[in-house]
Amino acid sequence: MHLALFIIFGLMCLGGAVNLLLQRHPINSALSLIVVMSSLAVLYLLLGAEFLALAQIIVYSGAIMVLFVFVIMLLNAGEEERTHGSRAAYLAGIPGVMALFAVLTSTFFTLRTSFGSARLGGFLVTTQDLSRVLFRNLLLPFEVTSILILVAILGAVVLAGKER
Amino acid sequence: MNVLVFILLSLLKVAVVTVIFLTAVAYTVLLERKLVGRIQNRWGPSRVGPFGLLQPLADGIKLFLKEDLMPDEVARPLFILAPIIALSCALISIGVIPFGENIRWHGVDMFQIADLNIGLLVILGVTSIGVYGIALSGWSSNNKYSLLGSLRSTAQMISYELALGLSVIGVVLRTGSLRLRDIVNVQNTHGILSWNIFGGLQLIAFFIYLTAAFAETNRTPFDLPEAESELTAGYHTEYSSMKFAMFFMAEYANMINVGCVATLLFLGGWSSPFGNLLPAFGGPLVQALLPVFWFVAKVFCFLFLYVWVRGTLPRFRYDQLMGFGWKFLLPLAIANVMVSSLALAFRG
Repeated sequence: MHLALFIIFGLMCLGGAVNLLLQRHPINSALSLIVVMSSLAVLYLLLGAEFLALAQIIVYSGAIMVLFVFVIMLLNAGEEERTHGSRAAYLAGIPGVMALFAVLTSTFFTLRTSFGSARLGGFLVTTQDLSRVLFRNLLLPFEVTSILILVAILGAVVLAGKER
Repeated sequence: MNVLVFILLSLLKVAVVTVIFLTAVAYTVLLERKLVGRIQNRWGPSRVGPFGLLQPLADGIKLFLKEDLMPDEVARPLFILAPIIALSCALISIGVIPFGENIRWHGVDMFQIADLNIGLLVILGVTSIGVYGIALSGWSSNNKYSLLGSLRSTAQMISYELALGLSVIGVVLRTGSLRLRDIVNVQNTHGILSWNIFGGLQLIAFFIYLTAAFAETNRTPFDLPEAESELTAGYHTEYSSMKFAMFFMAEYANMINVGCVATLLFLGGWSSPFGNLLPAFGGPLVQALLPVFWFVAKVFCFLFLYVWVRGTLPRFRYDQLMGFGWKFLLPLAIANVMVSSLALAFRG
């Protein structure tokens, strides 16, 4: 059951990602990204991270992607032109991607014993467990991140205010 | 627990709840027309059936039989997908809402479809996905009124979702759980005195939730996405027949959902307002159905309030709407979270 769900949503996630690149219209790409993020949420849920799954839906699929779609609608962006791309991208890009893929694969294979294992549907991380770790063991990084976000918001306000 | 029995009972629950929910949606429309009629000193629908009670049926048949027009220049897949997203998101939320005590029959909870640890977050998540229905309908219609309506609606929903999310934090802090049954169980000890709105001192949070919920469901005084005087019909201008009906149903289904959530979070869910003052009467069946009665009565009061507000308040201007959301509701919600958590920490 868990494996079937994993395969279905893993394929949906990959399909969405490929579609995101192939679509020419920005709104179709944005919708594919929503599919990717929502199926990632289901994968988190299969790994027992229920809070993370719903946070993914609310924050990424619900809030950030709505802003993407909103901006695309507001600018009324049209279809992009299909170009052949630069020669350099073909010459350097494809070998580069293949090399990166090879490095990642070999790293994962050599280190797979020390990664430990996570079984599908084997356990559940409740919201209490998560918040205990977040607010006791990882309190400092958490607070520093929130200050970082605050600074980013202030920066955005300053940049937007300069226009006037 | 027998797997087959579980699956059959779950399907039965889903079927019964969906049928009741859709009927409730149809009759909420009638309730609104009747009440607005009375507020405006006229009768409302009164011709079809006794007291106009068969009006929803007639409306349904009319919408089914109408011609389904689709303009040439629309983005066809998204144009069809948009009402489906809107309606399905409105229907999913009811799946996690508990209607009564946890009474088990063959090991299956009879008054809730799915009891999730994160039920409240599921409702918030589904609501946030529902925005796409309106956003895409406006964009795919290829019509300036639709686009303006859906832009307004999207901006409004993003702005008020923040206040909505923050307003429920006080309740979650008091309960210490995101499970909807736990949230109600905290409130059902001393009747009306232990409801979150009074006992939990969440009156301000209730006000914020109420206002944000009116905005989330695009209802008066926040119905700018479909302001007839400026945008013809807003995001559903180009829709006809059942596709229009799906948006219409989604709006009313969302009203009922919001009413259910407000009841669960602030008004004690299915618990009786008299607590233990009311002696237990009737057999076990009456005792099992009485909580459902209280729940439905509270949701009905909420829907009544919705219609009453529609009949009373004029529409906001757009800048007033945004200013109200960002400069008044959001700071108020943050202050409420701070005060609630300080009070809870102080009490122990």
